[in-house]
Amino acid sequence: MRRRSDEAAAHRRLAAPLSRLATSPALRRTLVQVAVAAVLGGLLVAAFLDVRSNMEARGIPTGFGFLDDPAGFDINQSLIAYSATSTYGRAFLVGLLNTCLVAAIGLVLSTLLGFLVGIARLSPNMLLRGLASAYVEGLRNVPLLLQLLFWYNAVLRPLPPPSEALLLPFGSALTNRGLYLPAPIAAQSLAPVALAALLGMGVAFVLFRRMRGRHGPAQGVRVAVIALALVLPPVLATAAFGWPVTFERPELGRFNYAGGLRLTPELVALVMGLSLYTAAFIAEVVRAGLEAVPRGQSEAAAALGLDASRTYRFVLIPQAMRLIVPLLTSQYLNLVKNSSLAVFVGYPDLVQVFAGTVLNQTGAAVQVVLVTMAVYLAISLVASAAMNLYNRRVALVER
Amino acid sequence: MLRLAALEWFPIRWNRKPALHLGLVTISRREVVSASLAIALALAVLLSCGAASAATLDQVKDRGHLVCGSNLGLAGFGLQDDHGAWAGLDIDFCRAVAAAIFGDASKARFLPLSSKDRFTALQSGEIDLLARNTTWTLSREAGQGFLFAAITYFDGQGFLVRKKQNLDSALDLAGASICVQQGTTTELNLADFFRANNMKYEPVVFATADEAVRAYEASRCDAYTTDASGLYVEQRKLAEPDAHVVLPEIISKEPLGPVVRQGDDQWFNLVRWVAFALLDAEELGVTSKNVDDKARSEVPDVRRLLGFEGNFGEALGLGSDWAYRIVKLVGNYGEIFDRNLGEGSNLKIKRGINALWSKGGLHYAPPVR
Repeated sequence: MRRRSDEAAAHRRLAAPLSRLATSPALRRTLVQVAVAAVLGGLLVAAFLDVRSNMEARGIPTGFGFLDDPAGFDINQSLIAYSATSTYGRAFLVGLLNTCLVAAIGLVLSTLLGFLVGIARLSPNMLLRGLASAYVEGLRNVPLLLQLLFWYNAVLRPLPPPSEALLLPFGSALTNRGLYLPAPIAAQSLAPVALAALLGMGVAFVLFRRMRGRHGPAQGVRVAVIALALVLPPVLATAAFGWPVTFERPELGRFNYAGGLRLTPELVALVMGLSLYTAAFIAEVVRAGLEAVPRGQSEAAAALGLDASRTYRFVLIPQAMRLIVPLLTSQYLNLVKNSSLAVFVGYPDLVQVFAGTVLNQTGAAVQVVLVTMAVYLAISLVASAAMNLYNRRVALVER
Repeated sequence: MLRLAALEWFPIRWNRKPALHLGLVTISRREVVSASLAIALALAVLLSCGAASAATLDQVKDRGHLVCGSNLGLAGFGLQDDHGAWAGLDIDFCRAVAAAIFGDASKARFLPLSSKDRFTALQSGEIDLLARNTTWTLSREAGQGFLFAAITYFDGQGFLVRKKQNLDSALDLAGASICVQQGTTTELNLADFFRANNMKYEPVVFATADEAVRAYEASRCDAYTTDASGLYVEQRKLAEPDAHVVLPEIISKEPLGPVVRQGDDQWFNLVRWVAFALLDAEELGVTSKNVDDKARSEVPDVRRLLGFEGNFGEALGLGSDWAYRIVKLVGNYGEIFDRNLGEGSNLKIKRGINALWSKGGLHYAPPVR
């Protein structure tokens, strides 16, 4: 009996799709969705094919083979080995790393400064509060590009040319071509000295574990023994094998200093401009987060006898963080994207090197722009994923 | 699918009421709306695909004006004055093309482009013609889908340095910082020159010439490099032009000329022959002042150029008086050069290799016949 009715139902399903179409709005809706998605997908494919055939017809390169061709241009700041004979792909990496460098420094500086200014905006001290407000309103409301050009000139103008460089200790020099520092260079003795230092640390750790507890030696003896265990091995190794690190001092040539570590004015101006600008926004985010913590919390902290800095550290900031973090994420993403203004102050970031020079030399505009967009998207997604993880940690856990 | 906020207040209950009864099937308004949107979208895209590839000359004629990509601002080649009027060699070339097509030199409009953006603008069809001191190279033609119609200026790359550095030669620049504009052959020549001479240097690359020159002036760089013509122009804009000097070396060949997209031979021919007509007119002594008198000339070359013999204009898709219009409205090559770069301008650049072949220069145009 039951079997029969099942068969009948199956039969109905197969035999009368049209009537089901007529009676089931859900099915119709799904069909419409599928149809629209198919049309959109088809259009995308058609657009892609159209672009490709147009590019081929005009002799514009269509693939990514150009990345293996020699670049033929130089870049003045690179974290990896690069010369004019390197490939376009290598130039892309140089630009990408330079963008990451600016973003990384900028994120740290803008966060520190933003928190300081944000807290200062709530200070009971009127002068401090006023200064913080002036900072926020001033920097938030001036276009970033103007600020970058301002900082670039502010960095460049007062500094002397290399021939009149400000000489700093240890052979460092400050010029309008940048800050030159002695570069550490690993000597052959680095390996044995590092090994000895590691050994010392291991011994110190074991001694530390052994001497714990009430029956161990006195505090002074403990500290002395552990310090000796830490210091003695590397000192002995240095005495035996020589200094583990030598420093290469920058030397003045006819035009510029050569050698050493160098911080270019372009990098400094870009990092300053980006950090100061983003810090103004972060300050507002921090202020808003702190103000959202109920007043009772800081009153309770005061009643417990916590001073201002402890109230912030243990009571207010942990509670404010869950409001601050999501907003902070979007400020971080802004900073990363804004770093693409680098080209205006001559800093070789991804946009300047890849979407600028490489695009222009190869003519592969579509590929280069797509790759550049994908890179910024990837950086942003990674950054927001990391921030989301952190947010989950600081979020209020409901029990 | 699509729900707009305004629909919530729409007097009809949008989502619920059935709209169409097709026998068994009842379709709601919402489904009708989504389906028609999808169909409209598809049609729009299909139509726009079809319209993309018409002949450039027809497009220009339909539009009623020519769109040229021009320099952001380089005196002598393409620069806007205080009133927004453009002037320069490249600008006058575009006006000559407009004069040939429309008989009206003012029907050329200009889109200022950075050196980085210029090729993308031409590729995408935003401009009809790129006349922006652009160097003719193999990769730009065979690799990127462009064609250089002619050479309107023979240039070469040089260096501008401070006099107080007492440099005699570009070979003394080892270790120097050099400011350069991005996205140009300049950047590549610079790398080649230092590599060939086994010297180190630091390139400082900027988006526009203005920023590069400003950084040079702020002493961020020891030298500024670009085409020699550009060096003379930029030198005059510095606070103390006399404190700077252009080094004698020319490190590259920079033949500058108008560029078009590949795939439209008619348009390519037209642009190329406007350039040749300018040179032929100078060679034949036809100027904007005497062109009407020359109409009575018995010299066959002049009669052919000005359209009194033969149908050369029509073969180009223009009127037979195409070259007459060019010379009458814009002048010949010599007049354009003199007005923008030479003795008639404040740049006072000598003709040098930019003279006609018959006067010791390199300009040599095929005959109109």
